[in-house]
Amino acid sequence: MSAQAVALPTPPPIEPERTLPPALWGTIAFLVSEGAFFATLIVSYITFLNRDITGPTPAEVLSLSLVAVTTTCLLSSSFTIHAAEKALKRGALGGFTFWWAVTIALGIAFLAGTAYEWTGLIRDDGLTINTNLFGTTFYTLVGFHAFHVTVGVIVMLTILGLALRHKVTAQQENAIAPVALYWHFVDGVWIVVFLVVYIIGR
Amino acid sequence: MAVAERQLDMASQAAARPAWTAVLHDWVTSADHKKIGIMYILMGTVFLVIAGAQALVMRWQLVYARHDFVSPDVFNQLFTMHGTTMVFFVGMPMIIGMANYVVPLQIGARDMAFPRLNALGFWLTLFGGLLVYFSYATGGAPALGWFAYSPLTTKTFARSAATDFWALGLIVSGFGTIAAGVNFVATIVTMRAPGMTFRKIPFYPWTILWTSVQILIAIPPLTAALIMVMFDRQLGAHFFDPQNNGSAVLWQHLFWFFGHPEVYILILPIFGIVSEVIPVFSRKVLFGYEFMAAATMAIAFISLGVWAHHMFVIGMSRTLDMYFAVASLLVSIPTGIKFFNWLATMYGGRISMDSPMLFCMGFLAMFLIGGLTGIMLALAPFDFQLSDSYFVVGHFHWVLIGGTLFGLFAGFHYWYPKATGRMLSERMAKWQFWLLLIGFFLTFGPMHISGMLGMPRRIFTYEADRGWELWNQISTIGAFIQAPSYVIFVWNLVWSLRHGRPAGDDPWDAYTLEWATTSPPPAYNFDQLPVVHSRRPLWDAKHPDDPDWQYE
Ligand SMILES: [Cu+2]
Repeated sequence: MSAQAVALPTPPPIEPERTLPPALWGTIAFLVSEGAFFATLIVSYITFLNRDITGPTPAEVLSLSLVAVTTTCLLSSSFTIHAAEKALKRGALGGFTFWWAVTIALGIAFLAGTAYEWTGLIRDDGLTINTNLFGTTFYTLVGFHAFHVTVGVIVMLTILGLALRHKVTAQQENAIAPVALYWHFVDGVWIVVFLVVYIIGR
Repeated sequence: MAVAERQLDMASQAAARPAWTAVLHDWVTSADHKKIGIMYILMGTVFLVIAGAQALVMRWQLVYARHDFVSPDVFNQLFTMHGTTMVFFVGMPMIIGMANYVVPLQIGARDMAFPRLNALGFWLTLFGGLLVYFSYATGGAPALGWFAYSPLTTKTFARSAATDFWALGLIVSGFGTIAAGVNFVATIVTMRAPGMTFRKIPFYPWTILWTSVQILIAIPPLTAALIMVMFDRQLGAHFFDPQNNGSAVLWQHLFWFFGHPEVYILILPIFGIVSEVIPVFSRKVLFGYEFMAAATMAIAFISLGVWAHHMFVIGMSRTLDMYFAVASLLVSIPTGIKFFNWLATMYGGRISMDSPMLFCMGFLAMFLIGGLTGIMLALAPFDFQLSDSYFVVGHFHWVLIGGTLFGLFAGFHYWYPKATGRMLSERMAKWQFWLLLIGFFLTFGPMHISGMLGMPRRIFTYEADRGWELWNQISTIGAFIQAPSYVIFVWNLVWSLRHGRPAGDDPWDAYTLEWATTSPPPAYNFDQLPVVHSRRPLWDAKHPDDPDWQYE
């Protein structure tokens, strides 16, 4: 019997596969779908560029100086959230809380800028979603982006609350990473929106 | 067993059985991929019966020229709801449900990566479906056709809230579908059993991975476009409103950018099912695994760039017509590769014609024909003649029933023993198969002819002198031959649950991991996580003297 047992082939050893954790893969997959969503809105914006019969037009009402400030806020928040992540990895919880709070502040500043811009557009320029194609596509695209920023700010505020109660530890890196990835994505989308709406389309 | 003894047995069973409220609570709150999978499939079955009944009413309306069984408006509502239901609430739930049940088992995992997200996805899909049917409460369903071209969706032509319910329902169920896609990607990428590399993964999970990629890319544009419809209707936006320079053509582009990948979302998993069944019932390995895997990827990518072959007649430029015709024809190459590989898998095999294999045979024959009429329609000049005719109706039912449904039935007959521990009745399966095949031929075959004779789709009646009546009557007869086959199928599912032959763990002497556990599997699937060395881990376990990994 033992001769037969020896004759059975033994399989090669199994090397462990190294990959990202499920939460990150899930986030990446989700962000792919978000990318497809924003791509659709951006394509629609470009389709209707300069097709209006009645004003106001982007060149008449969009202020580049205001949006330059909000863009700076949002783009720098990508760096601050990265700093927060690095602090957490080092185990520096104070640093994490600080940079995390700065990121939230920058996000809120961006939203405040958008609110200010919209107030002016609606009250002074009379541009609403049903004024013309520019209004239709502008509020939809910029609005959905701002909605995503808002969701990000709410999630980050929740985590900030946990951090202030000392419930965030270096082991939770994997729970923080999807939020940071989402935030980078929202920033990336804004770069495209900024270029399309405020540079090329204006 | 003696009568008294059996009565005693039943009485003790009844005593042990928990109250139905407890059972219901258990299912409704479940995050187990197997229970969620079964709920998806039950949902699909219920909607299949509803949408099938709608089809029968339409066929009866068309049985005579100038027949007035239903009014034109009701007819318009019927084809809208039939198409919407079949695609979103029958096809998708059944595809996702079957994958939900089988994929974690096949890759040797204990559940999906995100069980609660999985439950959320199911309930969003179900409530999306209910929301669409809520439109009947507004006095009638929307009358748009399933692709809902503008300006039919504008307030001017669709005054009631039915269209809003329709759009909202599809948005909600779309979120459910995206949740499922996210979950499948995370599950298949990160939760394969030790040793199951991407080169050793069973073919079905591989197709589900690429189906999920298509879901992630194709569904969000539909969601965005439906939101635009809602904005147009509720906020006075102008996306698809030509009177303010909006674009009805943009809707068509966005819809079909979703719509074409959608048909591959409905067929790629079927390719996976067929690639599991044919090897087992031919007693061979899948021929050309690597080519099959590459062809799946190729189809997933090419199909994202062919959508406007649905729009040849709107007057695009000649360049675009040529591009979309050529790109569409390109899909037939990887599909052809798959087809020949299935034939090569069967070639020289010891083929047994059990019901799963029978449905695979039906699939191969029917999908080939549907593919050929697809090639005809991809040729722009041919499409100019037959676009929006019954030829198109014949074509896509041929691929959706002959392809998707036959493949799904193969999967049902293959995996039912695993899910319930009982075999389906082979006798009923044979009746189901032949009634379906014959009825299907009679229903959709003549549509190609009535289409070439000039009958447009979606008309509620026609004049007697057009020469369409005979072909419509054959179609209607075929529909009523098909109908009992679905009844037999549902009855088989119910009957076999009690009376089917006990299946055992591995009734088909199969190759993949789902057959390594009990039927039905325990909630945690596997006592011990399996270790995999080849594409046929169960073959290796059964044949330690001659395992597959020696040859791969
Ligand atoms: Cu297509």
